[in-house]
Amino acid sequence: MEKGRKELKVAALKNGTVIDHIPSEKLFKVISILGLENCSTQVTFGYNLDSKRIGKKAIVKVADKYLSQEEVNKIAFLAPKAKINIIKGYEVTEKMELELPDTFIGVLKCKNPKCITNNEPMQTKFHTIDKEKAIFKCHYCERISESENIEIIR
Amino acid sequence: MANKSLVSITDYSKEKILQILNKAAEFEKNPNQPLLQGKVVATLFFEPSTRTRLSFETAVNRLGGRVIGFSDASTTSGTKGETLKDTIIMVSNYADLIVMRNPIEGAARYAAEVAKVPIINAGDGANQHPTQTMLDLYSIKKTQGKLENLKICMVGDLKYGRTIHSLIMAMSHFNPTFTFIAPDELKLPEEYKMFCKENNIAFTEHDELTEEAISDADILYMTRVQKERFTDLYEYEKVKDVYTLRNKLLENTKPNMRILHPLPRVNEIDYDVDNNEKAYYFEQARNGVFARQAIICDLLGL
Ligand SMILES: [Zn+2]
Repeated sequence: MEKGRKELKVAALKNGTVIDHIPSEKLFKVISILGLENCSTQVTFGYNLDSKRIGKKAIVKVADKYLSQEEVNKIAFLAPKAKINIIKGYEVTEKMELELPDTFIGVLKCKNPKCITNNEPMQTKFHTIDKEKAIFKCHYCERISESENIEIIR
Repeated sequence: MANKSLVSITDYSKEKILQILNKAAEFEKNPNQPLLQGKVVATLFFEPSTRTRLSFETAVNRLGGRVIGFSDASTTSGTKGETLKDTIIMVSNYADLIVMRNPIEGAARYAAEVAKVPIINAGDGANQHPTQTMLDLYSIKKTQGKLENLKICMVGDLKYGRTIHSLIMAMSHFNPTFTFIAPDELKLPEEYKMFCKENNIAFTEHDELTEEAISDADILYMTRVQKERFTDLYEYEKVKDVYTLRNKLLENTKPNMRILHPLPRVNEIDYDVDNNEKAYYFEQARNGVFARQAIICDLLGL
């Protein structure tokens, strides 16, 4: 009963994408990188929901939208423990586990002001050097950083 | 645009390192070989480094090649707003190989991606300076007769010293034991200690340069402790003399031990050490020409 009541807090979705298990503090970044503020279809989200796995979680449901690989990579970077479900006809047709890609091209911004990528009109490139600990290396200046110290380019 | 270039010491395998060192030894025996006749090498120094530039230009001249380039960023197109990419593509039209020094980190990696000719990184900010590492390795091999199983003691600025970081990576092929001696503010970054642990490389850390700490070293690698690196100048005043190497500190070191320093030095090696037979830093600089001759020829397939 308890479970049923909880699910009512976020409206059911006919077709679209559900991103669940987002750490609450990352919700607005997820909304921002997906450009949902300009989305014309229905978007619902839940914030500060209880989660056994990650403490306070957030959930986003977007009607009639399916994510590109680049968007999936960005979510993997921001919230590696998130789960993505594809919904078609009220049914979950696909569950995606997130995995960090080996390289990010043009997605992340190097925070080293002396890095060539911040001094030349060019694409950035990062290598994932530890998928478990989420540690990345700038292909150019070779600085090693954790995800907290890297921003996503919108 | 894949190209043969030398950007970072990790671009070289163990086999490649040994091959280049052997080639360098041949150039030491016979420095004047006209292998670059009819070739043009560009030396693009976006920040001045007279020592490195002269070493490269000597290497090219001894190989019979010609040099074009600049040694001062204020005379270059960069100040007119031209991108590095455009400068590199333009110079690629004139030269068979480009040697570049640039204060911007990653500039060499990017240049290697856009250039039509090989790039040699002669220093990109705090990032990489692989030819320095190759001449360090050459000096170590020459003085010790081998690279395997040596005790390497590194002293001074282990935090920002890129020559230190690159030498750790390069020596990791040869089962070294490291002693790291640095003041608290300039300790070796965690990522390099992790690297040593992952590669089963034994190391100890000290915060003082003492007789005991260096007594079993085969190589004593000194670096500059720069005032600018300290947030607390009181700390600098405290450590600057503690990190000065003097003759009397060397009395109980091993007979085969040699002192290396990437130069220029300020006060971390006292002048009384210069006449000690263990002082090797000036020969080390001379070895740079042979190492660079070997690297240039390798990149051009000669
Ligand atoms: Zn960078």
